[in-house]
Amino acid sequence: MSLISEGANVGGPMQGGARLVEPGLYEAGIHEPSSAEVGDYIALLKPRVMSLVVFTALVGLAVAPGSIHPVEAFTALLCIAVGAGASGALNMWFDADIDALMTRTQRRPVPAGRVRPGEALAFGLTLSAFAVVVLGLLVNILSAALLAFTIFFYAVIYTMWLKRSTPQNIVIGGAAGAFPPMIGWAAVTGSLSLEPLLLFAIIFFWTPPHFWALAIYKKSDYGRAGVPMLPNVAGDTHTRLQILLYTLVLVPLGIAPWLLGYASVLYGAVAAVTGAAMVLLAVQVYREASPADRACRHLFAFSILYLFLLYAVLLVDRGWGGLLAGVAA
Amino acid sequence: MDEKKSGEGVVLTEAQKRARRSRSIAIALSLLALVILFYVMTLVKGPAVLVRPI
Repeated sequence: MSLISEGANVGGPMQGGARLVEPGLYEAGIHEPSSAEVGDYIALLKPRVMSLVVFTALVGLAVAPGSIHPVEAFTALLCIAVGAGASGALNMWFDADIDALMTRTQRRPVPAGRVRPGEALAFGLTLSAFAVVVLGLLVNILSAALLAFTIFFYAVIYTMWLKRSTPQNIVIGGAAGAFPPMIGWAAVTGSLSLEPLLLFAIIFFWTPPHFWALAIYKKSDYGRAGVPMLPNVAGDTHTRLQILLYTLVLVPLGIAPWLLGYASVLYGAVAAVTGAAMVLLAVQVYREASPADRACRHLFAFSILYLFLLYAVLLVDRGWGGLLAGVAA
Repeated sequence: MDEKKSGEGVVLTEAQKRARRSRSIAIALSLLALVILFYVMTLVKGPAVLVRPI
C-alpha cells in the first residue's frame, strides 16, 4: 500500500493528460436520483490510505517539542484524516476513466456507477474546505496551510498532471504522502525545522522503491489503462536499478534521526538493521533474473513493515512527546 | 433502477429512499459532531480560542 494511492494508479505508455474513456460510459444513470449509500462515500475516502496518513501524522505530532492538548491533537488528526480522504475522493473523481479499465478498481463507487462523478467532486471539495478551515480555526494557520497544499498537490499536481504525463509521477507525487508528519509537527509547534523535514524525506525516498516494486509485478495490470509508470516506459532493468539507488539514499536518511541526536540508540539500531534488510532486498530485485516478481513482492511487503517500524519506534522512543506532556498538563 | 416518473415529478424507489435517508442521517451526525467539536474546543481553549497563531 502506498501513501500516494491505494492502487488506483495504472500504467503503460499514454499521451499526456488524455482521458481514455468517455465520461458518459461510467456515468450510468446520470438522470436518476442517487442511490449512493453511506458506505460508498466512505469508500471514496480510501480508508486504508487514510489510516497510514493518520499514523504518520500522529508520529509527527507526537515527536514535536512542546505540548498540545489531547482534544486539539485529536482535532488536528481528524482534520488531516478528512483532508486525506477528500484527496482520495478527488482522485477517484478524476481517475474514474482509468479505474473503470482495471479489474481491481472498477468496483470503486464512481466507475461502478454507484456515485456520480459530480457527487464525488462535490464531496471531495466540501470535505477539503471543511478540513482546512477547521484546522485553521481550531489549531493553527500553518498546519492548515500545509494541509491545503497537500490536498492541492495530490489532487492537482499528482492526479491531474504528473500521473498521466511522466514516469516520474510517483517520485514527485510522493511528496503528497510525505507531508502528513510535517502537518502534525506544525500543529504542535506552529513552525517547521530540520526534524520534520527528515520525516518528510524518509517517506519521500521510501515511496519510489515501494511503488516501483509493485509496478513491476503488476506491470500488465498497470499497462491496461495507460499511465506511464517507469517499468512500462523505461523497462524493468532500469526500474530495478532505480529501486536500488533510491533505497541506498533512503537507508541513511532512515538512520539520520539517530545520527543527528533526535532519537535514541534503539531507533538507530532498528533503522540500521531494517535498512540493511531493505538494501539486501533491493539488491535481490536488481540481480534476480527477469521478471523478478518474487523479489519485488518481497521488497514491496517489507517496505511497508520498514516504514511502519521506523515511525513506530520513533513514536515510542520519543515518549509520545507533546501528547503526554499535554495530558500531564 | 426502477425509477418511476409521473407528471408530478420523479418518484423515488424504496431503495433510493433508504439510501437518501441514510445519507441524510450521516450528514446530520457529521454536523452534530462538528458542533460538539467546536463547543469542546472552546471549553478547552477558553478565550484563547480566538487567538489563531501561525
